[in-house]
Amino acid sequence: MWRPGLLLAILVLLASLRLYASTYTVILVTSILMYIILTQSWVLFSGPTRYISLASAAFFGVGIYSAAVLGMHLPLPVVVIAGALASSCLALFVGALTLRLRGIYFAMFTFGLVELIKHLLLWYEIKFTGTRGRFVVLVDNNTIYYLMLATLVALLLVAYFIRRSKYGLALQSIGEDEEAAAHTGVNVTAVKVITFAISASFMGAAGAIIATRWTYVDPYIAFKSLFSFMPVLMAIFGGMGQFYGPVLGSAVFAYLEEVLITRFPYHYMLLFGVILMIAILYLPDGLVGLVQRLRRGGWARGQHANT
Amino acid sequence: MIVTILDIVIAGLLLGGLYALIAMGLSLQYGVARVFNISHGEFIMLGGMTTWTLYTMFHINPLVCLAICGPLAFILGYVIHRTLFKRLLTSSESPGAFESSSMLASFGLLFIIQNMASLYWGPEIRGYSYLAIPVNLAGALFGANRLVTLGCAIAIGLAFYLFVARTRTGKAIRAAAQDPTTAGLMGVNINNVLALCFGLGAAMAGIAGMLISMCYPVNVAMGLEYTIIAMIVVVVGGLGSIPGSFIGGFMLGLIGSIVSYIDPGLSLVAYYLIFILLLLVRPTGILGK
Amino acid sequence: MPILEGDGVTKHFGGLAAVSRVDFKVEEGEIVGLIGPNGAGKTTLFNLISGALVPKDGTISFKGQKIDGLKPHRICRMGLARTFQSVKVFANMSALQNVLLGSLFGTSTGMSSADAVSEAEKALEFVGLSEASSIPAKGLTLADQKQLEVASALATKPELLLLDELMAGLNAPEVAEAMELVARIHDRGITIFMIEHVMKAIMNVCDRIMVLHHGEKIAEGTPQEIASSKTVIEVYLGE
Repeated sequence: MWRPGLLLAILVLLASLRLYASTYTVILVTSILMYIILTQSWVLFSGPTRYISLASAAFFGVGIYSAAVLGMHLPLPVVVIAGALASSCLALFVGALTLRLRGIYFAMFTFGLVELIKHLLLWYEIKFTGTRGRFVVLVDNNTIYYLMLATLVALLLVAYFIRRSKYGLALQSIGEDEEAAAHTGVNVTAVKVITFAISASFMGAAGAIIATRWTYVDPYIAFKSLFSFMPVLMAIFGGMGQFYGPVLGSAVFAYLEEVLITRFPYHYMLLFGVILMIAILYLPDGLVGLVQRLRRGGWARGQHANT
Repeated sequence: MIVTILDIVIAGLLLGGLYALIAMGLSLQYGVARVFNISHGEFIMLGGMTTWTLYTMFHINPLVCLAICGPLAFILGYVIHRTLFKRLLTSSESPGAFESSSMLASFGLLFIIQNMASLYWGPEIRGYSYLAIPVNLAGALFGANRLVTLGCAIAIGLAFYLFVARTRTGKAIRAAAQDPTTAGLMGVNINNVLALCFGLGAAMAGIAGMLISMCYPVNVAMGLEYTIIAMIVVVVGGLGSIPGSFIGGFMLGLIGSIVSYIDPGLSLVAYYLIFILLLLVRPTGILGK
Repeated sequence: MPILEGDGVTKHFGGLAAVSRVDFKVEEGEIVGLIGPNGAGKTTLFNLISGALVPKDGTISFKGQKIDGLKPHRICRMGLARTFQSVKVFANMSALQNVLLGSLFGTSTGMSSADAVSEAEKALEFVGLSEASSIPAKGLTLADQKQLEVASALATKPELLLLDELMAGLNAPEVAEAMELVARIHDRGITIFMIEHVMKAIMNVCDRIMVLHHGEKIAEGTPQEIASSKTVIEVYLGE
């Protein structure tokens, strides 16, 4: 595990970024931090429980829209919290409805959720507000950066404490054998729903923060299934068991996206799709798992990496 | 008044026929091959876009395209299963693990297919006009293309249902869906049947796409919504039940037509409400176990 | 008052009655056996008692309270634990973690993590798996996994323990060890209700035996009564 000293050093480095880095770098790192939040939140729930959520984009989008709706009236930190709350409420609803049932229902429901909310918002905007999309209050890049960094630190702390607590054990047991976990006294539905809501709240927060950089949002911009796809890709590629797997995956793909998006908009998504398939087929524990196996000498299937 | 009702009913049956086709295809892939194919809608899109290309560039009659899109989609689906999903099946440690990893793999497939299509066709919305001649039915006018589409959807759906229920291969498919191991021991070439079913499901998607292109405009992003609708129909009809998907498709089609008449932007919302209702009351669906 | 009581318990799967109007009673401190040919409905009955399934008809009470329809974790916390026919352990978690889950979540009153760990260690010691505490469950032999499952169940401090084919797949010395474990659990004051196919074990250990066939209870009595019952012999020989 990473020593606290190393982590602190990295934190200091990141906190002082604007002192030595260009604006472009700050913006890029903000994107990377955002993706790390999305991926790590996704792993928080879907990692141990093995319930695949395809709704990350929905929670992210709700956060974005919260900023769009409230940004003119409330200070930014309040908006971020509102975004987090709205997303977690949505997650509580979805979870209470589908997490009592088999995982496939959960996957299906979460998959369609992004489109559903998009349609609902479009309909609402056309019918009632007469506008299409909204303008978001502009915030300077440094504020966005620090808010994103603070949110990420909060997430990592929450994730750490959950994993070390008895709920971390419960989450893992749900993924291993849910029926046995229930018979051992774990209230599996409650644990799932609450963890799902916590993970959604961070996605909502990230959305609310980044929206202020986009200046204009409409349902098509806020609710893109790409944002359900990216966390999955990053987690599987980077490795789901370890803390730093998602960080690695996020950094790699956020950077790739940044580099490729302007000149090769379709190619890069195609490439990502291919990489996801390759990762599923040949990298069961992600890049981090691969490195671990190589370190142990040989290609023998290592233990499920999950400390 | 009667005309409006007839209009809604015909539109509902048309939509229903299409929904039944795509839902049966997805049900086949999930029920037998146990792959929850999130990229199902992309095969529909390929069917539609290919037909558009064949008609507008090569002037091939869309109905002839049926005989092209179907087999092509089948081959594509069959090959994808034999290479990708078969490999996942052997390397998965449990059925649950395979269900997750195959679903994620199909998620990747969605992005691959959609973006390859975007590179080839571009993002514009395409359409063509074929058989848009008005036909008089009980005083109301309907496009011939819509009636032909309706007829084809129902005919193919019925034919497929009979195939599964009556023929020997159909029996093998049902056996494989029930219990792959035992079916394999009984002499059913299980690898073949799984890939066959996956391919068949893809073929139905391709054909549905072709039929859709006859009545509606198409574009490379159209697949997602159809996948979601197919999923909802499959749940409504009952997971793993092909007759259920057939009936569920028509149910949702009629409801969609009624809702569209009241407010066109709300059909997906209506479908989701039904989805939610079903999950609350009877998750196994109408005909599910 | 019996610690466990079932009245007219019925469960259907599709058109088939897996369990049909079964009445049963288990008194505190007893060891009751449940036998019957394969497919008789024994595990289904256990599933109905533990909350894994909901009965179509009939009621089940534990310590005087109705438990049919309750979720498994509630029933566990009331003091009813079970093991499964297909050994259910958490494969990638260590033996200690497996048992720790029980002591953290399954008891009627909670306890601190430190206490939970020591309770878990005691449970592991009771079944003889102390040395294996940091080995992942999938690395244990079948016999050890079965003992691990028992330890997890014991960690929830049950008053009634349902054992589903504890001895299946074990060789002779392992069966003897399992029988001895059952006796020691009984000495602790825990009531036991066990499904078994190993006749020697059932006959020697149980105070009473119930026989199920095609979902119905066809006989009940002491081991001697059951061994000499014509109905039971026919059912088993007729298979």
